[in-house]
Amino acid sequence: MARQSGGAGAPKAPAPLPGARLVPRGGIAGHLVKAVLLAVSVGVAVWAALPLAAAGNWIGLAAVVAVTALVFWIYLSKRHIPAKYLLPGVLLLVAFQVVPVLYTIGTSVTNYGDGHRGTKEQAIAQIEAASVAQGEGADDYVLTLAARGGAATGDLVFLLTADDGRVLAGDADGLEPVSDASTGPTGKVTEADGYTLLTAAEAGGRSEEISEMAVPAEEGTGIRASGLSAAYEGRATRVYDADCDCITDTSTGEVYTADDERGAFYNEDGDRLSQGWRVGVGADNYARVVADPGIASSFFSILGWNVVFAAGTTFGVFVLGLSVALAMHTRRPLRGRTVYRLLLVLPYAMPAFAMMLLWRDMFNADFGLINRMLGTDVDWLGGTATARAAALTINIWLGFPYMFLIATGALQAIPRELVQAARIDGAGAWQAFRNVTLPLLMVAMAPVLIATFAFNFNNFNAIWLTTEGGPFPSDSPMAGTTDLLITYTYRLAFGGQSAQYGYAAAISVFIFLIVTLISYLSLRRSAALEEVNR
Amino acid sequence: MRPRTATPRALAGAAALALAATACGSGEPAEDAAGSLVIWADPERTDVLQPFAEEFGEANGVRVEVQSLPVDDIQGDFVTAHEAGSGPDILVGAHDWIGNLVQNGAIDPVQLPGDAAERFDEGAVEAVTYQGRLYGVPYAMESLMLVRNTELAPEAPATVEEMVETGTALKEDGEVEEALGLQVSQTGDPFHLQPFYTSAGGSLFGTDDEGDPDPSDLGVGTDASVEAMEKVAELGEEGEGVLKRSIDGDNVNGLFERGETPYFVTGPWSLAGIKDAGVDYAISPVPGFEGMDEARPFLGVQSFFVASGGENKVLAEEFIVNNVAQPELATALYEADPRPPALREVFEAAEADDPDLAAMMEAAGNAEPMPAIPEMSAVWDPFGKAQAAVIGGEDPAGAVDSAEQAISEQIG
Repeated sequence: MARQSGGAGAPKAPAPLPGARLVPRGGIAGHLVKAVLLAVSVGVAVWAALPLAAAGNWIGLAAVVAVTALVFWIYLSKRHIPAKYLLPGVLLLVAFQVVPVLYTIGTSVTNYGDGHRGTKEQAIAQIEAASVAQGEGADDYVLTLAARGGAATGDLVFLLTADDGRVLAGDADGLEPVSDASTGPTGKVTEADGYTLLTAAEAGGRSEEISEMAVPAEEGTGIRASGLSAAYEGRATRVYDADCDCITDTSTGEVYTADDERGAFYNEDGDRLSQGWRVGVGADNYARVVADPGIASSFFSILGWNVVFAAGTTFGVFVLGLSVALAMHTRRPLRGRTVYRLLLVLPYAMPAFAMMLLWRDMFNADFGLINRMLGTDVDWLGGTATARAAALTINIWLGFPYMFLIATGALQAIPRELVQAARIDGAGAWQAFRNVTLPLLMVAMAPVLIATFAFNFNNFNAIWLTTEGGPFPSDSPMAGTTDLLITYTYRLAFGGQSAQYGYAAAISVFIFLIVTLISYLSLRRSAALEEVNR
Repeated sequence: MRPRTATPRALAGAAALALAATACGSGEPAEDAAGSLVIWADPERTDVLQPFAEEFGEANGVRVEVQSLPVDDIQGDFVTAHEAGSGPDILVGAHDWIGNLVQNGAIDPVQLPGDAAERFDEGAVEAVTYQGRLYGVPYAMESLMLVRNTELAPEAPATVEEMVETGTALKEDGEVEEALGLQVSQTGDPFHLQPFYTSAGGSLFGTDDEGDPDPSDLGVGTDASVEAMEKVAELGEEGEGVLKRSIDGDNVNGLFERGETPYFVTGPWSLAGIKDAGVDYAISPVPGFEGMDEARPFLGVQSFFVASGGENKVLAEEFIVNNVAQPELATALYEADPRPPALREVFEAAEADDPDLAAMMEAAGNAEPMPAIPEMSAVWDPFGKAQAAVIGGEDPAGAVDSAEQAISEQIG
């Protein structure tokens, strides 16, 4: 039908759908449901809009308003019938597929990651704050937080009790003695004329103000609070100067200049301050992927094994699943068929995580069940061929029940008469299966097989929880012989705890391209399989 | 026909807006941000901290909330939450996170009043000091030690050789399955191999002016590291066969608890299981190779950090300075999870009742703080794999060189 309506004559206004007259006119219940659903969409929009507005994210807010307006426009109008069906899917597609892909591409051209997360201003503030140090022999005080006037709004004052019992009042202008203060046993001021003492909760409410306050004492030092009851005289040893866009370390005289291309402060020797910021790095991450000698040498071998793993798993689960399904597909119901089916589906019903870890332990060279049962001494996970065999075995074991279920269903949908007719015409059992059952089966199974292939191509858990990509030849600690592209790149991007999101995003874009290509090729192949049906 | 349906449609739209408006009208009142303190800790500490947090909250008229996060995710979640501006005020964690937390601007230095720092174990204070600043208040220490089954091996071995000899003899007699329980796994475990690696002369980093490990002076790949790994290889699968890749974190506890190995290189975290299993055990420092350096395992220090993005930094500082640095909380934390406490007086008080504690402290005596620099995260994985390869019988020089290349590539 789609073919017929293609070609010329498209620009005309769409004819009403054939069944339009049969569509029930909106009853009161329908309108009510519609109203509730639209109300929910407004509710969601408001729920999303308030934090966005609070954070000043106007682009996000505009997007929310636009989407909500679109929803109302489409569903309150009598027209746009196809759009009414398409809109939810399209919105979800944009939200969960298109936006993440664009975001990943956007991230891949930055140095975003540990040490480069925030803005330059945040980095400078952190560097200065972290550099505040108490000088040698500088004074400690017992602190009482107070305010001139109301506890919540009055000017903040540090009442400082020195070692000799004197009490000083410090504010942004400096120190002055307080004569009539009385102090408790710990040195804390209990009462002082003209000052309102702050309770802990009141101080908590003005936390930011208190953390930022530094009472000027001697040249370049400030008295800062450390908690609610201690204060110390300290000096920021690293100071930012906007004129030279640099940070000077006053204790060593070292000057660190901002490098806006790398997103950190560097000194002449090339040493950096650890707090950096996020900057755009153009195609650097992509260049790093391409230029990495490890990637260049191991990419194709990993890709090769990756294809073998995905294809081998798909083939294995298909053959095993189908064989079992055929064995159970007897003319008269097998005695105890339900029990067999239950047992066969069991691996599928178990949590895959636990099963993979269990299998890994069974393949252990010294303590594993497999070596003990077979009486062998094979270092399964320590050798390339055996580790690959182990990974495939585990994955096929986990995957075949699903294929068994699909094949059972598909077999039952094929009329037995067809096979019987073929047998009467003189075909052998194999011939009948090969030329009658299998082609009909493939119509139902081909899309599942393609999905299985695509899933296993990126089956991170199947490798990470079993071999972890190992064994690793001694000359390549980053690329193991059972690594898939996804596990390999995960290790590259997140080796250990350190996160390099920009680099990881660049690698993800490469994987995205590879998977896109493979999906495209498989879909064309599946289109070819459908020809069988015509 | 059209006008007739227009009304219900307009009505539907209006009703939708009205419904939405009523739904929003009942929104919760703005939360009183002032006076509430949020602490993030792993599940094991959460219960211990809860009463102290409540007490602190009542004494100061603030609401304190202790939130439990899985131990493997807590550091990453903390950095992400900090970035989003929704992090806690206090983080409880390991000192080796400091480098990463500082480079992300997620924690602030702590100022202990007067001589308070002197009341802590020196090693613990050294561990939480980074770039010359104190970044956390420590409360417990942990390091690898040698736990032995006293029925099988009554005497603490003085050297690796002695330990291997005893263990191998027991194995040959069929009394045990493995001579030594030290987790290696297929991907290696530099943390657990560190005592042997350092005893044989290996190091991970040099030291910079501020006393921190120096990432530009990598110890992996030096001649000393290759020689150290050659020494380790002698214990490996092609040598004595006491270090094996088949022994990993999942089966090593069971080996010792079932009496299938006389020696177990582990930390305080395994003691609870060993006690439950009823094994007669004793603790001693991990021995070094004969005639070589002392074994220097990693020292890990659990501490409290002040989040730089917290809404209640003042209260957080108050809690840490005036509670964590006090014996009551440190004692409670020790009782919940017996690891050597960082406060000296707590250690001294507990030492008499707990013979394990003195032994653990002795084992920690030679320990060096685990590097807190962010570059350390680039070392674990490649160096572990090199160690696994060497233990599996491959050439140490090649394996160490490849690890060095991979690490340098990551550090940049």
